[in-house]
Amino acid sequence: MLSVSHVGRRFPGGVEALRDASLRVSEADFLALLGPSGCGKSTLLRLIAGLDQPDEGRLSWDGRPPAPGDIGYVFQDATLLPWATAADNVFLPLRLRGVTRDAAMPDVRAVLHRVGLAGFEKARPRELSGGMRMRVSIARALVTRPRLLLMDEPFAALDEFTRHRLQADLLEVWRGAGCTVVFVTHSIYEAAFLAHRIVLMTPRPGRIDREIESRLTPSPETRLDPAYAALVAEVSRSMADALR
Amino acid sequence: MRWAPLLFGLLSLTMWEAAVRIAAVPVYILPGPVAIVGAFVADPLGLVASLASTLFVTFAALAVAAVLGAAMAVAMSASRLAQAAIQPWAVALQVTPLPAIAPLIIIWVGEPFVALVVCATIIAFFPMFANTAAGLASAPPELNDLFRLYGANRWRTMALLRLPAALPYFLTGLRISGGLALVGAVVAELVAGSGGFASGLAYRILEASFRLEMPRMFAALILLALAGILLNFGLGSLGQVILRRRGLA
Repeated sequence: MLSVSHVGRRFPGGVEALRDASLRVSEADFLALLGPSGCGKSTLLRLIAGLDQPDEGRLSWDGRPPAPGDIGYVFQDATLLPWATAADNVFLPLRLRGVTRDAAMPDVRAVLHRVGLAGFEKARPRELSGGMRMRVSIARALVTRPRLLLMDEPFAALDEFTRHRLQADLLEVWRGAGCTVVFVTHSIYEAAFLAHRIVLMTPRPGRIDREIESRLTPSPETRLDPAYAALVAEVSRSMADALR
Repeated sequence: MRWAPLLFGLLSLTMWEAAVRIAAVPVYILPGPVAIVGAFVADPLGLVASLASTLFVTFAALAVAAVLGAAMAVAMSASRLAQAAIQPWAVALQVTPLPAIAPLIIIWVGEPFVALVVCATIIAFFPMFANTAAGLASAPPELNDLFRLYGANRWRTMALLRLPAALPYFLTGLRISGGLALVGAVVAELVAGSGGFASGLAYRILEASFRLEMPRMFAALILLALAGILLNFGLGSLGQVILRRRGLA
């Protein structure tokens, strides 16, 4: 669906955030960009979203380029509107596209149900836990039925128990939604649990080092699967190797 | 515990009264609380009417400052050109001492009430402007990115993101400016009062000082302080109520 070819990005301060990055993202992929901070993974995500422009190289989309709503984006913080209810936060992307509230509400309710927040439509962000806020944020990204869901360390600020629940639920939501996911993380465990393809990135300057394919079929028991432990070990080794 | 402030106040007043009597301080230097209350009781309507006049100026100035300050902050945040044009003048307005320009304004404007409102507005304007401007810029960059991602134009972003984000800041500005508007009104009245128009509480203070009627002067001062405290408390409560309704407090 998307090719990134030889993309570079240098910030005005002179920092080279990304150098010569090439990547193919296919339909219904679940791809993790994994690396330590400063490796350009968030920069790459912003370039894919069109929130930033590359200095070198190009991004090309198969078929039509994405229209507003074709891309969903989830940030590290839930970044909800604090004055709006959960339903109104999820309604926001549709509202910005000119959909009326009445027309949008069935979809809003359905997607809140899908992320496990049925009954919380009227709750304000400050009444929700960190994990629930992140669920609202994911619902907001899904409500436009995006072809591509971009996630920038969405679970990094959550406690481990909540993170595990959300990771498992995300896989379920992803299968239901049938979209492509590019997921930025600095956690080897998270990348190994979630992704089909793990792209290792290294810092200074940020670049793509190598790619590891996962043959796991993720399920709630994955974490106990020896194959998962083996994958984590393989990724850890490769990462240590790449960072040397 | 609850009665501690009240008891402390009563004790202080008693000691004040006792000290004035024991030391036989002349009433034109420092009147005791009893004399002050006496002065108020002697002409309560006169003082309260003057207070009402001052408060009228205060609220008018606060309203004008709120509308003008918020409107200019919005204009500034919507356009770089407006920002470059407005900002230096707003700062210039803030650093100009009111007593220095009040005489000019009073001469130019002519109509006393309007002149007083203009003076008080000049003082009350800046916190409204600066707070609203800070609030409009307070939405996290991720939310601005999100609006861009969904193709929202500048005005949609203003209406759905920046204005609501600015509300708590605006309410804080309102509380600060409320007190300042009162100060501005009093300062303007003092300047105007020495030029001959007489209505507000500041003029009563001036008049009492000319006549060495210290108890009446103190009574007017205390009324003014009470009005300031009530104003601050009232605007603070108003802000709380609005924020609670919006789910922000």
